[in-house]
Amino acid sequence: MAGQSYSIFSVLREALRGHSGWGPAWREAEPKPRYDAIIVGGGGHGLATAYYLARHYGIRDVAVLEKGWIGSGNVGRNTTIVRSNYLLPGNIPFYETSMKLWEGLEQDLNYNAMVSQRGILNLYHSDAQRDAYARRGNAMRLHGVDAELLDSAQVRRMYPWLDYDNARFPIKGGLLQRRAGTVRHDAVAWGYARAADRLGVDIVQNCEVTGFRIEGGRCTGVETTRGAIGAGKVGLACAGNSSRVAAMAGLTLPIESHVLQAFVSEAVKPVIDGVMTFGAGHFYISQSDKGGLVFGGDIDGYNSYAQRGNLPVVEDVLEGGMALMPRIGRVRLLRSWGGIMDMSMDGSPIIDRTPVDGLYLNAGWCYGGFKATPASGLCFAHLLARDEPHADARAYRLDRFASGHMIDEKGVGNQPNLH
Amino acid sequence: MRLACPCCGERSLDEFTFLGDASVTRPDPSADDAAGAFHAYAYLRRNAAGPSDELWFHNTGCHAWLVVTRDTRTHEILGVRLAQDVALARTGNRKDVRETSA
Ligand SMILES: Cc1cc2nc3c(=O)[nH]c(=O)nc-3n(C[C@H](O)[C@H](O)[C@H](O)COP(=O)(O)OP(=O)(O)OC[C@H]3O[C@@H](n4cnc5c(N)ncnc54)[C@H](O)[C@@H]3O)c2cc1C
Ligand SMILES: [Zn+2]
Repeated sequence: MAGQSYSIFSVLREALRGHSGWGPAWREAEPKPRYDAIIVGGGGHGLATAYYLARHYGIRDVAVLEKGWIGSGNVGRNTTIVRSNYLLPGNIPFYETSMKLWEGLEQDLNYNAMVSQRGILNLYHSDAQRDAYARRGNAMRLHGVDAELLDSAQVRRMYPWLDYDNARFPIKGGLLQRRAGTVRHDAVAWGYARAADRLGVDIVQNCEVTGFRIEGGRCTGVETTRGAIGAGKVGLACAGNSSRVAAMAGLTLPIESHVLQAFVSEAVKPVIDGVMTFGAGHFYISQSDKGGLVFGGDIDGYNSYAQRGNLPVVEDVLEGGMALMPRIGRVRLLRSWGGIMDMSMDGSPIIDRTPVDGLYLNAGWCYGGFKATPASGLCFAHLLARDEPHADARAYRLDRFASGHMIDEKGVGNQPNLH
Repeated sequence: MRLACPCCGERSLDEFTFLGDASVTRPDPSADDAAGAFHAYAYLRRNAAGPSDELWFHNTGCHAWLVVTRDTRTHEILGVRLAQDVALARTGNRKDVRETSA
């Protein structure tokens, strides 16, 4: 096993010797000619898949091929929210499994991912919205997930400074999941990478997959910018680029690629200690440990691979923020950025085999795939290792659009920019 | 990103709403492979990285449906046509296809 373990003792030892003894957290691996399993895409999901393959399924001859550097995709661009407050039966057990994996992640990986269960509060502003949240909360509790429906007095005790008596969108209460929260996203990529590396997984950066070797209907390897690499099995975890990569294997997916923007303000003193969503516009916010307000809203709404968005959504998000908490009006915006996500036709993900033998698909995570990272890795590893779906991911089939078994949390149909 | 509507001229993006890929066409419901064709029509998308034809609606302008040709890698607008003209051209009932480019 390569590398040292992190502990209070190693931190103290290194503090005393000027941090001169830390080694690289993972090896700079050269691609081998062949692996038992290749994972395409070194985002959170790809790295987690490799880790669980090695850790739980005993498959250690694994490479993660990443076209850029690990963490350069959505895993390092998201707003770090993790939660399991879903409504539909196909989703709740999966996201709750993910939540439980987050709760034990740092011990499991021996890595500080700053998992912070600071709670998420979804505000409601009308009776109809309260009913919808009551239904969601009940569905969660029936599945053993924590949920509390708060009235406006209870919300006021948590956040006295919100605009409660707004004439148009009064705050009538909220649905609270206390176990939800935030996780430092870069640390998730690095933590999984390091833990997978220590189990023998090769993490190959700057290695773009440019084609698939398919012989007699079976995928036997990949072409890359660093040469051809053979594989027993190939798993795709290319969030945002899934359609492009799958097209190289002749597949057309039920996915559109869209851009989502996020924002961070200058650092301010602690003002908001949980995660909050506005129910009357699309706006959500939390505060980072450095003090920056981290927030976002709707996707831009048109297909994009540009990794940047346009100004109308910037304006829309900031207006949402001002409506919810007018006190942020004089805070300066520090940065904004965009990430490209697979928006699936029902807003839910796909973890499944493909029509090409030996080629497996993990895609369609929309704007909510960060929270899914641990469970997605576990379930995808299970599928790759056992050739059958994990019990918690059975609903995430590729053929559900043909068979009519959509998992449409929002109930908007096959319009990806509305999910 | 601004779109040049053939009726209204160049306008801000927030006047428009996006529907999706303009290249998909409704299949024949009485064809033998109708179920498969409707699945593809409703759910499968080319999702190209590069120039694509897309349906946009000029929501707070003239209410025309437009076919916008746009590079999804750069957001560059390569052309805007009235969807009506595109549809007529497709069915062979050709009127003059009015075209502007931004
Ligand atoms: C602005 C923003 C905010 C978000 N906020 C949240 C949130 O608060 N909570 C939440 O749960 N989710 C959130 N999400 C969604 C979440 O980030 C994604 O769903 C999730 O990160 C996707 O999985 P990933 O980490 O594996 O993706 P990525 O990190 O994007 O990994 C995919 C990798 O594949 C690589 N790749 C692509 N093509 C190839 C190729 N041909 N060869 C080799 N490698 C390739 C890419 O370079 C990339 O590194 C947000 C997304 C964005 C953009
Ligand atoms: Zn117009």
